Amino acid sequence: MSDYNFAYLDEQTKRMIRRAILKGLAVPGYQVPFASREMPMPYGWGTGGVQVSAATLTPEDRFKVIDQGADDTTNAVSIRKFFERTAGVEVTEETSAATIIQTRHRIPEAGLSEDQILVYQVPIPEPLRFLEPRETETRKMHSLEEYGLMHVKLYEDISQHGAIATAYAYPVKVEGRYVMDPSPIPKFDNPKLADCPAIQLFGAGREQRIYALPPYTDVVSLDFEDHPFEASKADHSCDLCGALDSYLDEVITDDRGGRMFVCSDTDYCRTRQAKGHIGAQLAAKKEGAA
Amino acid sequence: MYVAVKGGERAIDNAHAWLAEERRGDPAVPELTVAQIREQMALAVNRVMTEGSLYDPDLAALAIKQSRGDLIEAIFLIRAYRTTLPRFGSSAPVNTADMACERRISATFKDAPGGQVLGPTFDYTHRLLDFKLAADGEAPVAPEGEARQEPTPHITGFLSREALIQTEEESDEIPPDLTREPMELPAARALRLQALTRGDEGFVLGLAYSTQRGYARNHAFVGELRIGSVAVEMEIPELGFAIEIGEITVTECESVNQFKGSKTEPPQFTRGYGLVFGQTERKAISMALVDRALRWKELGEDDQGAPAQDEEFVLMHCDNIQATGFLEHIKLPHYVDFQSELELVRKLRRAAGADQAKEAAE
Repeated sequence: MSDYNFAYLDEQTKRMIRRAILKGLAVPGYQVPFASREMPMPYGWGTGGVQVSAATLTPEDRFKVIDQGADDTTNAVSIRKFFERTAGVEVTEETSAATIIQTRHRIPEAGLSEDQILVYQVPIPEPLRFLEPRETETRKMHSLEEYGLMHVKLYEDISQHGAIATAYAYPVKVEGRYVMDPSPIPKFDNPKLADCPAIQLFGAGREQRIYALPPYTDVVSLDFEDHPFEASKADHSCDLCGALDSYLDEVITDDRGGRMFVCSDTDYCRTRQAKGHIGAQLAAKKEGAA
Repeated sequence: MYVAVKGGERAIDNAHAWLAEERRGDPAVPELTVAQIREQMALAVNRVMTEGSLYDPDLAALAIKQSRGDLIEAIFLIRAYRTTLPRFGSSAPVNTADMACERRISATFKDAPGGQVLGPTFDYTHRLLDFKLAADGEAPVAPEGEARQEPTPHITGFLSREALIQTEEESDEIPPDLTREPMELPAARALRLQALTRGDEGFVLGLAYSTQRGYARNHAFVGELRIGSVAVEMEIPELGFAIEIGEITVTECESVNQFKGSKTEPPQFTRGYGLVFGQTERKAISMALVDRALRWKELGEDDQGAPAQDEEFVLMHCDNIQATGFLEHIKLPHYVDFQSELELVRKLRRAAGADQAKEAAE
């Protein structure tokens, strides 16, 4: 693919995106408009994340892509392949070995470090969008720090359901200023946003917005004193590695109600299994075989 | 038992291989050439060029071939290619008054200088399937006449002379480019027109139709529809003057709209404008009607709350590449989000069940 520049985008475009990233880092949680390009994959497939990754990648980087926490989901494979071809960078599935991790819908379970960048793919960057569809209005609301509508929505949830009925893309407040959409990660992941040693960058291609969390940023999930935020997950342990602390996917195993729970973070699960941890169903299977 | 799914890469490769085979269809049937598509599917080619924002009939035809005739997919291929092209500069504005018209009609005057020229139109064909086309390979020949030499001035010019139609202010301002700058609202008219030209034909048609049915009705006449080739000129800095670099075929529509006047404007006719690549007249007319509906603020009209008047609604949703991408992305895995919803619904149901049990016990 020598027809294209390193990491596909031309240097002028990368410079434009880097400026937006720097502005985003300078004003944590603020959505910076940027001139998103038409990429060779469809909008909604991570064009924002891909552009941010393209603008941050250097030839020395080791790149990891996850979708739903997994390295082997089809779109993660496709994006990883794209950068292997256009940037020729080394790729890895190991969270700790990666310098740049592009993700959709998850934050890795393993803690990140100061020399890492986490790039999120964002579908709808505006946390107020489903309360107010107009961009012209929501921008005004952010500039006036007018977040009453969001609190009313959360309050209405509690009065109707007894709990805040938002399970993913749970809104956060950044450094006491901007309300931010953390992208559709499960709220289980929200605590990992805060005080993170790595740089976190958010790219929304179709909506032409970039925003960022510099390392060690104060990020608080919105809640009420009498209804504190709760990071929830399935009340199980991983059936493959036995982890109690990881976010789990539910897998249907037969048509008689059979199911199992497995780590959504495939690298985390594999690493634990390699260390000798074993979950209930895997243990049962091994016993059966023996 | 479930084992973590591996082999996404092989699945993708196999899917691509199958797609390639399906694209070709039955190999016993001769393969379409790009030239055949360019020549015989010209209106599809025109749509792909217009919404793809790239005037290149050969590439558009190639995109149609590659996309198996899915025009939105073809437009996407063209757009993705277009972004990678270097930019040498901007052309001078094309002068559509000098167009070599193949077709030029006005619905507002029976005759006018330049005349009514029907050109190659479906308008008065009877929509009967022509079974002969399925069989014979004869190339039809149309009778030829003398080419007209006289100029074809714009119809709205005649209304202008009497000050019966609102004047458009001339401006040397460089129009914004929504492929290079993020869209900012409110948008200037030039940006709106650019978005509408690139916008989905079906979406713009639907909006235009809604204005005709009363959602911000603006009483449109086709003042003029002209199709033909125009010269594209470019200023070359080394030369210090503009030279012609080529010709393109465009369709231009100016609508003439009744207007009773408002608080700020006297009674007069107003206009809507549409300009697209190739012969793409449905789109050009639709665009003119939507353009006119979007001008309510500048003309001091009332906001009727109609979709076609709502700039943000129109501009944020008219792009079919954005729309189809976001719509179709819900095919991608959402296991994680769905799992969190599953937990939430189970939890809420448990709580609701406990409440009901408590009530029953009481």
